Amino acid sequence: MSEILHMGGHGAYVWPAYGITLVVIVINVWAARRKLANALAEARRSPVTERPRSQPKVRQLQ
Amino acid sequence: MKLPRWFHLFGSPPFVYRLAGALSPWLGGAACSLLIVGAYWGLILTPPDAVQGNAYRILYIHPQTAYISMMAYVVMAVTAGIGYIWRIKLAHAVSVSAAPIGASFTFAALVSGSLWGRPTWGTYWEWGDPRIMFETLLLFLFLSYLALRAAFEDRDKADRVSAILAVVGVVNVPIIHYSVLWWNTLHQGPTISKIDSPSMATEFLIPFLIMVAGFTFCFYWLLLNRLRAEIVERERDTRWLQEALQGGRS
Repeated sequence: MSEILHMGGHGAYVWPAYGITLVVIVINVWAARRKLANALAEARRSPVTERPRSQPKVRQLQ
Repeated sequence: MKLPRWFHLFGSPPFVYRLAGALSPWLGGAACSLLIVGAYWGLILTPPDAVQGNAYRILYIHPQTAYISMMAYVVMAVTAGIGYIWRIKLAHAVSVSAAPIGASFTFAALVSGSLWGRPTWGTYWEWGDPRIMFETLLLFLFLSYLALRAAFEDRDKADRVSAILAVVGVVNVPIIHYSVLWWNTLHQGPTISKIDSPSMATEFLIPFLIMVAGFTFCFYWLLLNRLRAEIVERERDTRWLQEALQGGRS
């Protein structure tokens, strides 16, 4: 077990590299889920409007 | 040119929102299982490298995160261009969703590369190395794209202005890819893309490719979930979304 952790002296580079990559993935997953949950909660709070879909903006020619 | 009807469905927020929701658990499951299997294989099952010893094990995360960083940029730039030219709002939503994922994977690639450089090159960071510099530039491109968007109150305006930055910056991606061929650098040359003679033994290649697949699924999983959130934010007061929310509640 300690051999796996130590990796002949290279464990000090390999494990942090994997650790930071894992942290990046976990933060990404957490952030994406939180963003979706917040957006859904915000949409539920907003009143149901019967407003028609917004029309594409047309640039006016002078 | 007349496009088939199903093609237009991909410009429809309700369709894409539901499709992304349906695909998400499959992509997430595939990503998690492939990454766990690949990491175990690469860290425990494979033998140490004859030249680099155990430091080579960063091989199973560094090229993958770097490749995701470049793919994320290409996805961001292509969808920004589509959104700009054809004024498709959904394309801009994909572009915005790819940016933070790309930035974080660029960061992971830089850190894992730096940790690999110390035992093999004798340095964490080499200012003269083109690939390191252009990958760092990629991180700043992602960050400036996000900063530029944050400077606008109006989302449509942010979409259009940031799209230009995204498209212009895409020239950096082929530069990163070819940097090791164009310049003499510390960074090693391509390993896998030489299809005719891949310079990696099969026992290393299999976990390497499992990790490539795992990171790819992971990227699209994250992208689809961010895209769903982005669609909800942009379509907040549309009838279909309110109906979908009400249907989901009952």
